[in-house]
Amino acid sequence: MNTQNQSLDQTLVAAAPAARIEVLKAALAAFIVGSALVYAMGFAHPSLLHNAAHDWRHGMNFPCH
Amino acid sequence: MLKRVFSTGLLAGLVAGLALAILQHFVTVPLILAAEVYETAAEAAATPAAHDHGAGAGDHHDHAAAPDQPKEWSPADGLERTLSTSVATIVTAIGFALILLAAMLLAGEEITPMRALAWAACGFAATGLATGLGLAPELPGSAGAALEQRQIWWIATAFATALGLYLMFRATPLWARLGGLVLLLLPHAIGAPHPHSYISTAPAELAAQFTASSLVVHAALWVIVGVSVGYFWMRMAAPIEAGTSR
Repeated sequence: MNTQNQSLDQTLVAAAPAARIEVLKAALAAFIVGSALVYAMGFAHPSLLHNAAHDWRHGMNFPCH
Repeated sequence: MLKRVFSTGLLAGLVAGLALAILQHFVTVPLILAAEVYETAAEAAATPAAHDHGAGAGDHHDHAAAPDQPKEWSPADGLERTLSTSVATIVTAIGFALILLAAMLLAGEEITPMRALAWAACGFAATGLATGLGLAPELPGSAGAALEQRQIWWIATAFATALGLYLMFRATPLWARLGGLVLLLLPHAIGAPHPHSYISTAPAELAAQFTASSLVVHAALWVIVGVSVGYFWMRMAAPIEAGTSR
């Protein structure tokens, strides 16, 4: 019984950091993609992007001109 | 996990972006179009020779370009311009949703609609209030300092405010909380880059109305992003994850 509990505890201890690392990886990926999307729409300089998003940039107070 | 994060971000951003596209069509865009009438008139009066370049329909961005540069694409007024603005709105909303998810996951926060709404309120304080205090929302035709400097100040202020709020609300040591307060104040102590003189072709009343409308639209975006991130995150709990996931 004790051995069973011990091995269960060990599994849980091993599983917790692995799950946390998976969460951190997903969070990092979401942060990078999210920032890239906001940058492209709100800040990128190419005139194609600026002109397409012009009204939105003004509306959201992203520095525009 | 990756699939759940990105599906949530995509769906929440889509919902918020569509709602915002409709809202701003009636709230901020009419004010921008009204300001452009003044801007175009002022340009035509200042540079009669530039008529060939700046006076046509859909040329509302040409004031940034030198007169001898070739004409660059910009959406034609009407449906094309509305669609173009709406796409930019939806893509940015997806970006905000993903950043919100990333911040909550990194902090180990439980993601529910109410909690995500509280985090989104901090997002609004960072990207709407703190940046707006230094650089008020501007209509086309206003004078501003160099664009790069304002963009750097904007991004740095948003990050510093978000981090500052996190430290003040979540850090335990007193020094870390005080550090958070310093981060909140620092961008404003340094000061946003401003032009040497204030020039605006649009009437002050129009500009004031735009500033208020812009903040309302900005707040609405974060509110809808927050609530939908929480909603879709809970909806997408995989059966196997449901017991253990945050």
